[in-house]
Amino acid sequence: MSLTNVFAIAGSALTAQSARLNATSSNLANADSVAGADGQPYRAKEVVFKAVSMGANNDPSAMGVQVSQVVESAAPFRMTYEPNNPAANTDGYVSMPNVNVVDEMVNMISASRAYQNNVEVMNTAKTMMQKALTLAQ
Amino acid sequence: MAGTKNALLLTSAISISNRAMIDRIESDLGNLHSALNLRAYRQEVLASNIANADTPNYKARDFDFKTALNNATSGKGTGAIDMTVTSSRHIAGSSGATSSSDLQYRTEYQGSVDGNTVNLDVERSAFTENALQYETTLTVIRGKFSSLSAALQSQGS
Repeated sequence: MSLTNVFAIAGSALTAQSARLNATSSNLANADSVAGADGQPYRAKEVVFKAVSMGANNDPSAMGVQVSQVVESAAPFRMTYEPNNPAANTDGYVSMPNVNVVDEMVNMISASRAYQNNVEVMNTAKTMMQKALTLAQ
Repeated sequence: MAGTKNALLLTSAISISNRAMIDRIESDLGNLHSALNLRAYRQEVLASNIANADTPNYKARDFDFKTALNNATSGKGTGAIDMTVTSSRHIAGSSGATSSSDLQYRTEYQGSVDGNTVNLDVERSAFTENALQYETTLTVIRGKFSSLSAALQSQGS
């Protein structure tokens, strides 16, 4: 039943995009966290998507999305000159998280639009199924 | 005993005439059911493309509807969701679905660094068009059914 697969596919995309939105909100919230759980400055997190088959027998037509891994950004820490900060090094610089706020905002908008797209896909599939159900009436 | 036998004969006569009527209805519907199945299948393929709009190295896929419908109606389509026939008395359940080997990769307009070839505008318009075509097919089938039921109504005054 192809149309029920649409719900699985769009649903997997919704889950993946909200995971991405989660990572973005963590990054934005921790944009100024000088020390994380490990005592090191916070590193920006990014989710990596992977296409997975949602249909029977690994059907290549029903490809959903899955978050395959969450990676930490390798970008260098942002160094700010704050000699009075207790976390400052001998030169007076503090390592701040490598979160790029502009990148995060773009990521957030992109995730939100992708989420909306997939909600629209689900709505269309729902309308189609409802139309098919009222066929004999 | 004779009564039971008569009843059995009557039931089989009814089932045979039912079968003939169902066949007649099926031929009246022509390839509309194949078209509907293919539309639903294409919707699934397009939904996959939209869902994977941000997946690295994902290649957008689609199939040629006309060829697929021709294949399905001429029996060439090796349906991905065909019904299994385990007895000679089973009716071959041609779902009209195209096989996954009919799927083709879409030509990309603008390449992206992550190897993804989904163009959301193309996918969205194809998705909307396909949904509309699905509803069109449904409307045609509904028309067929309503003329059938009009023919079944008693016309006497």
